[in-house]
Amino acid sequence: MCGTCGCGSPVSAHDHAHADAHGHVHGHDHARGHAKAKAPGPRTVIEIEHALLAENDRHAALNRGLFNRRHTRAFNFISSPGAGKTTLLEKTLTALRARQVGCAVIEGDQATDLDSQRIARTGVSVFQIETGRSCHLDAQQVQHALSHLDVPERGLLFIENVGNLICPTEFKLGEHERVTIVSVAEGHDKPAKYPLAFRNATAIVISKMDLLPHVDFDIVEARRLIAGLNPKAPVFELSAREGDGMDDWVSWLQRRVHTES
Amino acid sequence: MHELSIACSLVKAAVDEATRHGVTHIAKVDVVLGALAGVEMDALMFCFPAVARGTLLEGARLEVEIEPARGHCGGCGADSEVRDFMSACPSCGAWPIGIEGGREMRLRALEV
Repeated sequence: MCGTCGCGSPVSAHDHAHADAHGHVHGHDHARGHAKAKAPGPRTVIEIEHALLAENDRHAALNRGLFNRRHTRAFNFISSPGAGKTTLLEKTLTALRARQVGCAVIEGDQATDLDSQRIARTGVSVFQIETGRSCHLDAQQVQHALSHLDVPERGLLFIENVGNLICPTEFKLGEHERVTIVSVAEGHDKPAKYPLAFRNATAIVISKMDLLPHVDFDIVEARRLIAGLNPKAPVFELSAREGDGMDDWVSWLQRRVHTES
Repeated sequence: MHELSIACSLVKAAVDEATRHGVTHIAKVDVVLGALAGVEMDALMFCFPAVARGTLLEGARLEVEIEPARGHCGGCGADSEVRDFMSACPSCGAWPIGIEGGREMRLRALEV
């Protein structure tokens, strides 16, 4: 068994994999591994240049095509669990309905349809993906969801990803916009700890601003880190519960309806 | 643990390529990962043998080369190799610095 990761994988694959993974710090069975690697006999190398996530990207492109044919703009919401994605969505959908913007929602959670029940109460078409063991949505799951959903014409489609700031960042879903949400109930160093989620965002929301007086969240430091990682993305400070900052956010979303990709 | 999904994509891509070339067994898989790709290499190494089991890749070695990202300091002009997004300029200590590359994730070659 590997002392580093604890796996009990077969020796040949294991030794070599770990020889690369951890350098030569591993104590086990390198002699056998290398002997095998240098086994006599001609080796043929097939050169390939294949993006590892090409299959996901292909499905993402198909999703994007569907959104574009409907002139609907798609948003991928990414945050830690509990940052307030669903509450933000509920309030956002209600505000957009008042502005006559057509919306639809795809909910991603590891288990339960609790979030889609909440969204359904706003009257918006919603489909729940339960990912089971998976920690992120992928483009194929979204493609499946789209076949069950009334995607509006010239509207907005929101995809609420599984609560996780790491895994969803690598998987394109076909979205035009990626919104990363961080609440003031979390640490202000979140952007430094999970830089990819902030770097790749096209907009960033700092949520639960009504809690700011009660927590140690240093908003100046959070904004400094965000600006360093992603100077282009607009940052919205808001409280979905109290309504502060919601107008700017909803107006920005509404302006995105007619933005071509 | 999205490395499991990435290991699955890797095995599927490698099996497809091998099948296309009429190959029935693969000894080694070469992968290039950018230093800033959101992939934990240990986790990928851990998943790979399990996903490869029962395929043409069973028992294959996985070799990963890390491709560094390039940094350029807008302040002092120094070029550097970047290991993560929070890397400050090694010359003057400024942060942030301009970053290029380092996000690649690709299957480069199969050894049969």
